[in-house]
Amino acid sequence: MSNETIQSLADQEYKHGWTSNIDADQLPPGLNESVVRAISAKKKEPEWLLEWRLKAYRHWLTMTEPTWQKPTYPKIDYQGIIYYSAPKKKKEVTSLDEVDPELLETFEKLGISLDEQKRLTGVAVDAVFDSVSVKTTFREELSKQGIIFCSFSEAVTDHPDLVRKHLGSVVPYTDNFFATLNSAVFSDGSFCYIPPGVRCPMELSTYFRINSAGTGQFERTLLIADEGAYVSYLEGCTAPQRDENQLHAAVVELVALKGGHIKYSTVQNWYPGDKDGKGGVFNFVTKRGIAHENAKVSWTQVETGSAITWKYPSCILKGDNSVGEFYSVAVTRDYQMADTGTKMIHIGKNTKSTIISKGISGGHGDQSYRGLVKIMKGASGARNYSACDSLLLGDKCGAHTFPYIESHNASAVIEHEASTSKISDEQVFFLRQRGLSEEDAVSMIVNGFCKDVLSELPMEFAVEAQKLLGLKLEGAVG
Amino acid sequence: MSKPLLEIKDLHVAIDGTEILHGIDLTINAGEVHAIMGTNGSGKSTLTKAIAGHPDYTVTSGDIVYEGKSILEAEPEDRACAGIFLAFQYPVEIPGVSNMYFLRAALNAQRKARGEAEASGAEFLALIKEKAKLMDIDAGLLNRSVNEGFSGGEKKRNEILQLAVLAPTLAVLDETDSGLDIDALKTVATGVNSLRSPERSFLLVTHYQRLLNHIQPDFVHVLLDGRIAKSGGKELALELEDKGYAWLEQTV
Ligand SMILES: Nc1ncnc2c1ncn2[C@@H]1O[C@H](COP(=O)(O)OP(=O)(O)O)[C@@H](O)[C@H]1O
Ligand SMILES: [Mg+2]
Repeated sequence: MSNETIQSLADQEYKHGWTSNIDADQLPPGLNESVVRAISAKKKEPEWLLEWRLKAYRHWLTMTEPTWQKPTYPKIDYQGIIYYSAPKKKKEVTSLDEVDPELLETFEKLGISLDEQKRLTGVAVDAVFDSVSVKTTFREELSKQGIIFCSFSEAVTDHPDLVRKHLGSVVPYTDNFFATLNSAVFSDGSFCYIPPGVRCPMELSTYFRINSAGTGQFERTLLIADEGAYVSYLEGCTAPQRDENQLHAAVVELVALKGGHIKYSTVQNWYPGDKDGKGGVFNFVTKRGIAHENAKVSWTQVETGSAITWKYPSCILKGDNSVGEFYSVAVTRDYQMADTGTKMIHIGKNTKSTIISKGISGGHGDQSYRGLVKIMKGASGARNYSACDSLLLGDKCGAHTFPYIESHNASAVIEHEASTSKISDEQVFFLRQRGLSEEDAVSMIVNGFCKDVLSELPMEFAVEAQKLLGLKLEGAVG
Repeated sequence: MSKPLLEIKDLHVAIDGTEILHGIDLTINAGEVHAIMGTNGSGKSTLTKAIAGHPDYTVTSGDIVYEGKSILEAEPEDRACAGIFLAFQYPVEIPGVSNMYFLRAALNAQRKARGEAEASGAEFLALIKEKAKLMDIDAGLLNRSVNEGFSGGEKKRNEILQLAVLAPTLAVLDETDSGLDIDALKTVATGVNSLRSPERSFLLVTHYQRLLNHIQPDFVHVLLDGRIAKSGGKELALELEDKGYAWLEQTV
């Protein structure tokens, strides 16, 4: 899409620094086996799922928190976290009238009024407020085509076989410290299944919010595109301003079966902390997709928020001719840190992957691109193209690139390009001479720098992304 | 007579603490075309940057008065919105930003600042089509990133396209003719001449008198080592062509 369309719609302020006062039905802080059991019981889960959680919990106890990442953070007190919290409901919700008015107001402040979303955009929204899904829309319309789009909890109840078959198939419960923790205590999230040959007629989207103070967020998302199916899924976050650090350890699993295509887009705008870096969300997320024969998994992310962003949306290219893509824009300013990138694991023959990463750093922001391209023995004819560009907005910020390449097949072709540039005073002056304010000038240069990634986003997200980039960069140059 | 649009008074300008301009006096009335000539390094670009308000160019003393008010404190964008335009000697590239999008954003920023209605998509399209035709710029160039991969001549014509679209009151052109072949030079001259009006003034910085065969100036000034060494009518340009700058250096 054109920059023009993006810009014309992008003009709002970041106003998400508030907390709502809904009484939460929550467990006391702390983690042990009975907490895991209590979560499972509250959600009326089947025995197999409780067992899975418990296996994860027991495994987690044997693990140590990783330290290889570049950002450092104060020690997280896992016993100080509340692992379950649900907004109080009067009864089962069937229409918006029955939803807590304050909850609706919360959504309105976020600009995601469900009715508006329904009427104007045709986007089905599965809104997650704290840990329990409040309302799912458009489900009926989707279900006519056999598409399942619901909260994870509902999927466990209504489609247990699908969940059981695929849960942990891409990110096993033993995967890593944070994913394992998530497997033990995950609260809720989204589930989506597209049947064979069906092209999902609308962008599916979910809005996550952190709410009750001290509540960690452990979302679990599972998307399955059956053979020849297509789905585009949007995820957007924004969090209220608060003083203490908040851990967000989500897991997203994507399964693209033969000829299936999943496009997963994220605009992330969690609370980044104040000017001195106090507070802010720790965004430690595990996202991974598996692509079977002729299938495609595309990740697009615009990461502007969080005190620390630490994630590597990855693709396992298992089937022959499968394709993996990663398009990323990450912005760090003030004292924000980001260590992000991707892993492309080429297993099948003639597998192809593309990595386009754009890092923008201002203030004391620091970021690392970390990418692994791994070509397995059997992946003859595999190809990868990576381009990692960094743009510095000042001289106190940093950008680092760590490309890891492991090739076990001589026929593979791997190309890697990297660049670091500073925003040039002459560019800014040129645009100002034409009448643009300094901030608009910088925003225009940065959006130009990110164009190859922004153009991968669906329209409504491109607008939001553009808006966020502009807001994030206010006063960041110097 | 017509009233002064730009008055430069005993202007001293320094870069990184080194004084480059040592007291320039120059008055441009509405509707006039002035040419500034001079050898490389004499301070021509410095003068244009100072007028446009480049932050690296410090005015150490003197004044720049535009439409009766000092603009020394005005930001570059405020000067632009007040109608001062600079066609750069070396236009920069803005990767990923389409020429068309950039120009519309600039036009609307200026209109907004002046309290005028912003140009609608259709209005802008009609405007840019007309001006692009005048400047012999094909549609492909409009959709490409600003100046990225443009030839030298294309960059210069693109500057004049911006001039035509933004329609400033004072147009400062810094060596727009350098590096142009004769056809491109004629195109640029046609573009500039079509914009001449009793309200619009031009300051043409040029190294060669050849541009002045196509754009007739009212006055010619010769800049030498940061000072105006001589001013005169358009015949001064011909004299310079004939005798070279060395002749002036001797008289100073
Ligand atoms: N950034 C700078 N720092 C120091 N001196 C500079 C800088 N830019 C230009 N100059 C000097 O200022 C003088 C005038 O330069 P300039 O205005 O570009 O001349 P012209 O446009 O007439 O060729 C030259 O001596 C040049 O070396
Ligand atoms: Mg010059």
